[in-house]
Amino acid sequence: MIKVENLSKTFGEVAAVDNISFDVESGEVFAFLGPNGAGKTTTIKILTTLLRPTSGTISIDGLNPATQPNEVRKRFGIVFQDPSLDQELTAYENMELHGILYHVPRKIRHERTEMLLKLFELWDRRKNYVKEFSGGMKRRLEIARGFLHTPKILFLDEPTLGLDPQSRNQLWTHVKNLNKTEGVTVFLTTHYMDEAERVADRLAIIDHGRIVAQGSPQELREQTNTDSLEGAFLALTGSSIRDEKAGSADQLRQIAKMWRR
Amino acid sequence: MNAIYILWLRELKRYTRSKAQVIASLGQPLLYLLVLGFGLGPVFQRAGNGSYLQFVAPGVVGMSVLFTSVFSGIGLLWDRQFGFLKETLVAPVPRLTVMIGKTLGGATVATIQGVLVLIICLIAGFRPVSWATLPVAFVFMILTAIVFSGLGMAIGSMLQDMQGFQLIMNFLVMPIFFLSGALFPLSGLPSVLSFVTRLDPLSYGIDGLRNVLIGTSEFEPAISLVVLCAVAVLFLALGSYSFSRIQL
Repeated sequence: MIKVENLSKTFGEVAAVDNISFDVESGEVFAFLGPNGAGKTTTIKILTTLLRPTSGTISIDGLNPATQPNEVRKRFGIVFQDPSLDQELTAYENMELHGILYHVPRKIRHERTEMLLKLFELWDRRKNYVKEFSGGMKRRLEIARGFLHTPKILFLDEPTLGLDPQSRNQLWTHVKNLNKTEGVTVFLTTHYMDEAERVADRLAIIDHGRIVAQGSPQELREQTNTDSLEGAFLALTGSSIRDEKAGSADQLRQIAKMWRR
Repeated sequence: MNAIYILWLRELKRYTRSKAQVIASLGQPLLYLLVLGFGLGPVFQRAGNGSYLQFVAPGVVGMSVLFTSVFSGIGLLWDRQFGFLKETLVAPVPRLTVMIGKTLGGATVATIQGVLVLIICLIAGFRPVSWATLPVAFVFMILTAIVFSGLGMAIGSMLQDMQGFQLIMNFLVMPIFFLSGALFPLSGLPSVLSFVTRLDPLSYGIDGLRNVLIGTSEFEPAISLVVLCAVAVLFLALGSYSFSRIQL
């Protein structure tokens, strides 16, 4: 479903993504695991046509996002790391707007909106403005919206960031169910190990823009001789804190961005 | 087509729902109309130019169309800040469609705002020379609104955050307003000023309005129409070019 070969993205001198390759099979749940600033979001942005890669080839359902962006866009749904709802509209209006932008015929649009809002327990609040929603409700609405146009692939960029364990749990149950019933391929990024272990069929660990390991959670544990995914993750990426390092890399990226303009 | 419609509708909904903002945005034109209209009235009259309220009303209408449409374009910054922009950029619709939907939405809102201000002018005592030609005034309002929504979109696409906003306000929007002849007649100006006012697209919008509403104008209305149309095309092209280049 997704095929990435030797993908790189550099901002000025800094390589945010450095020569990565991976495949995601149709219908599987694939997780991208990595510390802050590892290149997860950059990869998602490239796959979803928001950024152009510096080099490498990508194919999404057999299509190239760089040359056929609109065809590719029809095939995926995305839940961004930070909110992308219109706060001044109601939940239903947000769904409606999305459905129209994605050319979903009226009848199907209404049926699916109802089905999804009910599934994510937002149907009773459909006429409320999104600005009145809690963080968890907004997330649920975004994910429901991502499924509206029956995408072949759903990208989830840190979908559970800042949610309580109950909401996280419930959210993954729904996503897993829809993955089964609708056969949608799920590509997610997270740094919660327990989540990755629980929902992902396969995963790749990314650090400093490079993929350091990939396989099933089982394989990764065996590969590193550890008994948990967290152990495997730390064994592969080291246990030092790199917020500071990511911070300066981010700064460089900012500078590079500024000079390119 | 549906995509243009829904994005247009979104702008309209956002406008009608922020009632406080609608009322607030009527405050400034009201101030200009009443304070300047009545404050400068006697001087203007003594200079032999007739009623200043009559003169300034079309200018104030033009001003509110200018501000509302430029701000609606800059509203793109809010979409960027609150993330909604991403939703439209990954949707399977051409960017041009998104841009047109938003621009038409902004232009519609600005026209409504212009009509509201015109109504306020009528309440304050403004009287058009002829009620029959009033629809032509809409044409000028709509064109002015499209011109400056296009400009607003271009600016909104280029700005990264709100910090550039003051810059745009003080060095672009205010000069466009003050140099447009909204507040003073364009005839008999020093040659430099006269030249600059002729470069300002808003001059033609307000002059056209004045021609329709009070029957005096500096330019031929036909020329104003042509200039506005040409600038509208230019700014829309500029707007869609810069919108198409947005990367997140």
